[in-house]
Amino acid sequence: MWLVNKANSLLRLTNSQGIARRYFVVNGFDGALTMLGLIIGFTLSTETELSVVINACLGAAIALGMSGVSSAYISESAERKHALGKLELAMVSDLQDSVHGKAARWVPCVIALINGLAPLIISLLIIMPLWLSNSGIQLPLSPLYVAAIVALTLVFLLGVFLGRVADISWLRSGVQTLLMAIMTVALIYLLVDG
Amino acid sequence: MVSVKRVVLDVLKPHQPSALEFSKTIAAVGDDYEVHLTVLTMDEATETTQIVIESTAIDFKLVQDCINAMGGSLHSIDEVIVHNKPSDD
Repeated sequence: MWLVNKANSLLRLTNSQGIARRYFVVNGFDGALTMLGLIIGFTLSTETELSVVINACLGAAIALGMSGVSSAYISESAERKHALGKLELAMVSDLQDSVHGKAARWVPCVIALINGLAPLIISLLIIMPLWLSNSGIQLPLSPLYVAAIVALTLVFLLGVFLGRVADISWLRSGVQTLLMAIMTVALIYLLVDG
Repeated sequence: MVSVKRVVLDVLKPHQPSALEFSKTIAAVGDDYEVHLTVLTMDEATETTQIVIESTAIDFKLVQDCINAMGGSLHSIDEVIVHNKPSDD
């Protein structure tokens, strides 16, 4: 809890809450659509062993997480250094030991974690039905379909979250993102199956 | 014992932490600190403030460290009230 409060205060200090939220949604959406694409691709292919599907999805999830962490860290680190330099110039003093210096060092790490964990966690949730089925638990539908339903649900929830942030109808926002996911599925069916 | 009762400081601070957080953090330095912060001027990145601190005994070094830690810069001490209370024995 202390760590969350600390991260929150550093994000507030640097006005980075909006950036963190944006990264969470953008990369979370990336993770969900990538998994959805992979799963739909597998449903269109000749029957593949579930362990192969899990490994492919897990590989993509880890790659998305690593890409999220590294890209956000590099770009945010440069942005924070630039902002600190500007503030030091305005204050005519060295701020390295102040909260601003600490924020310039820690905020890129916090944002990188959010950017990396969002697609990783969302992907792992989508892969969950495949794992459950692989470990012998009976699912009401084929595990690939259950995973696709989980992916669509998570995309809808991301839309709901965006709706609440923007203070607009959560249902409309959720349906909008869901439609984008359904369009993605339709495109895959059209291009891959055709 | 000589104790500082009141100081008026001219402090340049960044917009963040806000005036509220800035004064609350200074007030937390001592048990009975009373802090009055007035923003005198403001530009794109900084605020010039006047900070009045009152207490039975102000630890000025701690106050200055606290201001620096929040990214502020003490420009001048504009007023001081110091009290010399004779020891009881």
